Amino acid sequence: MSLRIVVTVKYVPDATGDRHFADDLTVDRDDVDGLLSELDEYAVEQALQISENSDDDVEVTVLTVGPEDAKDALRKALSMGADKAVHVEDDDLHGTDALGTSLVLAKAIEKAGYDLVISGMASTDGTMGVVPALLAERLGVPQVTLLSEVSVEDGTVRGRRDGDAASEQLEASLPAVVSVTDQSGEARYPSFKGIMAAKKKPVQAWDLSDLDLEAGQVGLEGAYTVVDSATERPARTAGTIVKDEGEGGKQLAEFLASQKFI
Amino acid sequence: MAEVLVYVDHVDGAVRKPTLELLTLARRIGEPVAVALGAGGADTAAVLGEHGAVKVLTHDASEYADYLVVPKVDALQAAVAEVSPAAVLVPSSAEGKEIAARLALRIGSGIITDAVDLEAGDAGPVATQSVFAASFTTKSRISKGTPVITVKPNSAAVEAAPAAGAVSELSVTFSAQATGTKVTGRTPRESTGRPELTEAAIVVSGGRGVNGSENFAIIEALADSLGAAVGASRAAVDAGWYPHTNQVGQTGKSVSPQLYIANGISGAIQHRAGMQTSKTIVAVNKDAEAPIFDLVDYGVVGDLFDVVPALTEEINARKG
Repeated sequence: MSLRIVVTVKYVPDATGDRHFADDLTVDRDDVDGLLSELDEYAVEQALQISENSDDDVEVTVLTVGPEDAKDALRKALSMGADKAVHVEDDDLHGTDALGTSLVLAKAIEKAGYDLVISGMASTDGTMGVVPALLAERLGVPQVTLLSEVSVEDGTVRGRRDGDAASEQLEASLPAVVSVTDQSGEARYPSFKGIMAAKKKPVQAWDLSDLDLEAGQVGLEGAYTVVDSATERPARTAGTIVKDEGEGGKQLAEFLASQKFI
Repeated sequence: MAEVLVYVDHVDGAVRKPTLELLTLARRIGEPVAVALGAGGADTAAVLGEHGAVKVLTHDASEYADYLVVPKVDALQAAVAEVSPAAVLVPSSAEGKEIAARLALRIGSGIITDAVDLEAGDAGPVATQSVFAASFTTKSRISKGTPVITVKPNSAAVEAAPAAGAVSELSVTFSAQATGTKVTGRTPRESTGRPELTEAAIVVSGGRGVNGSENFAIIEALADSLGAAVGASRAAVDAGWYPHTNQVGQTGKSVSPQLYIANGISGAIQHRAGMQTSKTIVAVNKDAEAPIFDLVDYGVVGDLFDVVPALTEEINARKG
């Protein structure tokens, strides 16, 4: 038996940088350093753990859709221990929305071949959290999403989904799409050996024609949503700051009362 | 007037507040038609009618509880086919966003998630979103198909607007995918008696400075004096001091209450992403240099173990 896992990852602008929009109201990727979305590290980690805990022959492929620099995200995942990588890159992808991204990912996942897709719960830039569900819909396979625990055995994926109202145990047959939360388990740091080994691992490059996609299906032209304006939130006016010299709690209560909260 | 579908989030017939907020927003762009699925769906009609629903489409089947997400997508798709709405509104919960996304894909429409406001526009509804840790505000619309929009809790005030709320049964045929993901077990979350974090008008949060799970009692006491929900920073959750379901921030919940009180939280960007849209922000922290003080309307530089109990005592005294 063999198990083919595809982990979808995203290269995102560093949240601690000064993120802003370009003139066409897409995310400006030039001014802020990018990195592998932290939430996708958990997806890579779970893929590696499934691989390590399996008696089967498991192959972990990391897949990203993004510009040239997105290779950095793939290298990070490879240095953590993924076996190979696929990079879908095409100038016509600029401005692709979540629906378009899910289309490109689904085509690439099918081309790569898969039994299990693992994604992070959301990207740390767009934070929509819809791509895993969209992938399941497009691929026509079960979605087993937002898992804080995941395991795979005998062609079945099981996991725990912690919702607001209840904690649910889920189960589905492979092939399936899984997404994992930051509660699924700390992601490992790449070792020096891992970083060296990653340099030799294959990174396949595909463009839209490799996936039988037309430019008009993706990018700003293919997007289903239009951003009409993006305005920077005005800086908050400086608030009142007091030092507690025994009266801090009382002073704060006074403020809350003045604002009618008490 | 165009009809607008509103997906109803309810627990055994008890409608959750974000759905009532959606009805208020839906009335700005058309006549709300609510879709209430599963056990107790029909029991929602009275309260939905009071808040503007002209019709309530219901359907009950065991599939809604026994399988994940897809049966609800099948039902909402059936409702779209029946009503041909001008837009579909869904609460921005984790599940709501998944339902909305799959629906949008099926009906060839765009999707906007986490809207914080909604208004009628010449080319369809215009959604306001707060992005990049709330440092930017965008206005967007959907350019293809029937707009599917998910809306965050606390995005509108609930307004009563009596309407017919006429119940009719929705006809649903489940797809082959509907039974793909089985729910084999369900443990209801124990109620704390406090408001739901994302819906609460006031949130009192604790962070690294709380320094231990037992000390969260101080935070809870303050929350209870104000009738507030309790939140926690990632540092506090990762340390095991408070449950992940209460985590406020980029990888937890995003909250937008009238009042947010941060205690022992430095205010890293990941935390700010989850609370920066709060109307009034208050912080208590020992470190005068903590970045949270850049956001506050009122800040106290001091030891939370002194300030928070004193504040709680003062609030309780004022309440008499």
